[in-house]
Amino acid sequence: MSLENTFKEFQAAAYNPKKLLDEYKAAGKKVIGVLPYYAPEELVYAAGMVPMGIWGSNNKNIALAKEYCATFYCTIAQLALEMLLDGTMDQLDGVITPTICDTLRPMSQNYRVAMAKLKKMPTIFLAHPQYRRPAFGLQFTVDQYTNVKKELEAICGHEITDEDIRGAIKVYNKYRQARREFVKLAGEHPEAVSAVNRSAVLKAGYFMEKPEYTEKLEALNKELAALPASDWKGVKIVTSGIICDNPVLLKIFDENGIAIATDDVAHESRTIRVDAAEDGDPMMALAKQFADEDYDVLLYDEASNQNRRGEFVANLVKESGASGLVLFMQQFCDPEEMEYPYLKKALDAAQIPHIKLGIDQQMRDFGQAATAIQAFADVLSV
Amino acid sequence: MAKEVSPGVLALRKVVDDVYADARKAKAEGKLVGWSSSKFPCELAEAFDLNVMYPENQAAGIAANRDGEIMCQAAEDLGFDNDICGYARISLAYAAGKRAARKIDWDKEDGYVINPATGKPLKDENGNPVLDENGKPKKDPKTQTPFIVLEDIHEIEALPEGREKERRLESIQPYRQMRMPQPDFVLCCNNICNCMTKWYENIARMCNIPLIMIDVPYNNTMDPNPENIKYIRAQFDNAIKQLEELTGKKFDEKKFEHACAQANRTASNWLKVCDYLQYKPAPMSGFDLFNHMADVVTARGKKEAADAFELLEQDLEKNIKEGTSTLPFPEQYRVMFEGIPCWPKLPNLFKPLKANGVNVTAVVYAPAFGFVYNNMDEMVSAYCKAPNSVSIEKGVEWREGICRANKVDGVLVHYNRSCKPWSGYMAEMQRRFTEDLGIPCAGFDGDQADPRNFNEAQYETRVQGLVEAMQIRKENME
Repeated sequence: MSLENTFKEFQAAAYNPKKLLDEYKAAGKKVIGVLPYYAPEELVYAAGMVPMGIWGSNNKNIALAKEYCATFYCTIAQLALEMLLDGTMDQLDGVITPTICDTLRPMSQNYRVAMAKLKKMPTIFLAHPQYRRPAFGLQFTVDQYTNVKKELEAICGHEITDEDIRGAIKVYNKYRQARREFVKLAGEHPEAVSAVNRSAVLKAGYFMEKPEYTEKLEALNKELAALPASDWKGVKIVTSGIICDNPVLLKIFDENGIAIATDDVAHESRTIRVDAAEDGDPMMALAKQFADEDYDVLLYDEASNQNRRGEFVANLVKESGASGLVLFMQQFCDPEEMEYPYLKKALDAAQIPHIKLGIDQQMRDFGQAATAIQAFADVLSV
Repeated sequence: MAKEVSPGVLALRKVVDDVYADARKAKAEGKLVGWSSSKFPCELAEAFDLNVMYPENQAAGIAANRDGEIMCQAAEDLGFDNDICGYARISLAYAAGKRAARKIDWDKEDGYVINPATGKPLKDENGNPVLDENGKPKKDPKTQTPFIVLEDIHEIEALPEGREKERRLESIQPYRQMRMPQPDFVLCCNNICNCMTKWYENIARMCNIPLIMIDVPYNNTMDPNPENIKYIRAQFDNAIKQLEELTGKKFDEKKFEHACAQANRTASNWLKVCDYLQYKPAPMSGFDLFNHMADVVTARGKKEAADAFELLEQDLEKNIKEGTSTLPFPEQYRVMFEGIPCWPKLPNLFKPLKANGVNVTAVVYAPAFGFVYNNMDEMVSAYCKAPNSVSIEKGVEWREGICRANKVDGVLVHYNRSCKPWSGYMAEMQRRFTEDLGIPCAGFDGDQADPRNFNEAQYETRVQGLVEAMQIRKENME
């Protein structure tokens, strides 16, 4: 299959999750919505159900969610509520609601209350610990994941065995590995993988069934690996932020010859850096996997008097061969905003130029962003 | 508000003043001083005789002294977005060394440049405004204040000893919250919010100091689950170990027990004081509680705070007997004030309430600081119950409990730009208050520390609407 056709297939999945949801349901499958961040999707897969990521929408406007939420909340969380209210996700059999930021805390209550009022799906609450690594933190994660498992069992109607979870971990490790490989190859071959297509491929992973997606992605990776070395004339940058999946915005990068060398984006690489152990107690393996997550604005850093995250991102830029960083600052995202000054400090210290683009998912006009991106491309190509 | 200051209020003020004065003294003597989040288990620090100060209390004080905006802007200049909590911005600017200061008049030996926009109108002997040559009201020079500018203590410290250095140091705003020594360690408990975690991590980085963290995960049930208690209990042990390393002292169980006993007394006495708002009419203005909160925040574990609240109880008992109140107007309506007040705009908040005879007789801070417990596990459980870490059902139960007990006619809800976790489910709560209690609610937009996010006209309209709804309800009930 030509690369273009492969990308079209990923785009079809990325841009129309509702169609996939309908197909899963028509095939008699149960589907669980998974909100950001760090939910153990493996448990959904292990239950024989289909997990579908919910990271807002680029095509909806907030209307019904206003009944629950003031304006100063991130649009990812608000649009997730919107789609739970407006019928888009009525076919889901349940939804997992993590609470790792200050918006998701009260929103977990809004999701639960709203779904109960409308007699829609059950919501599955999840609170992660910020002490991830000490024994007591690991145990707390196991406890929380066990609650999630029990509630998933109530939905799927059968026990989720350790064997099921081990199987799921294998599937997910393979999935993450393929995604990491794709991110690397896309960075090496920007002439073949546009910013728009790169995003579509990664986004599709949230909606497609994992084995099918991984197989397709591995095939794509093989084709990309076989390409001759790239002779990229444009500039390369690293993206950072919570999410940057709007094709209209990403097209501006392609039009200005800006390639994405790699990313520090929550929706993309931040969640696929770490795998889970395939042997031993599988619940503990998932807890350890969460414990091993690092360098994330959402996570507490026990070495907090150092600037580990800022320096990690600066190194990522250097090692990827990029010459700058574009930060997609999700509006009203406290954790990202709180970490910005120290990210800036590390980037400045490493002499890495960057721009900060304020975005939200209701943005439709990217004129201002286009001007900033063009100017940044000019700066980097000098 | 009442002109005469009662013994209880004086005692409460002294307790907070002493917390800061003691910390300054300790710092000058080379002892360790720390900054702590308001709902960190202070009993742990008390067990090590540590001097601890409270950035939230500080930020509220700075905001109430009208320096919130300049400090918030200073944080924005450091790269912190203006969407971030105003307390956090003020505190981060302060941690970075920024200070609100009076503009020095360098042409004179001493003195400051007066801001002509400040001050109250000058009045003649008949109480009429005095006009200037342009026919505009003249300002009373005695009430005028200097321009406020931003100072940087690191810059000042780098200056050679001399008059310039002295004058610049003196120019820093003199009120107690602007004179908090820089921390040697920070104590953070995120039972309030996750922003707290990042806020304290930033301070730890700025000042290169250790951070002692207690993580309280958000709770979805009425009471904390046993696994949450176990997780947090283990962190208490962890924190004790870190404090031992920090201070080089062994954990003193006796001092800890003493602090716990005092913290329980303070909490019980605080709750008793809050309960005086159940009287109809109330013997105090509910706004008084906003001021007294400083004591439960900064001195919960101290005997003096518990004692001072007992004195305040006596004042209130006296008010009841004499039929008096600190409320400077007759109480016609009673409301719950939901949320943190807009500190920079307290007079503006009070004005339409006064005009309409509305007393605030319930505040969520009453149960929010009522940490009463009998043992370590109960103590952990108590610290899980901060307004922003409990489920909506628990939050509604708290509020409806005080609304019923304190006989409120309506609820005024502050949609606080600075506080996402607090404001995030208020719309649903408002519906429940009306459904369960049959009382009207009105919401307004504001901010606990950044005056730019408060719209006085909107607030007045909303209060007016609430008063009208309360009036109709009253008429229907009669």
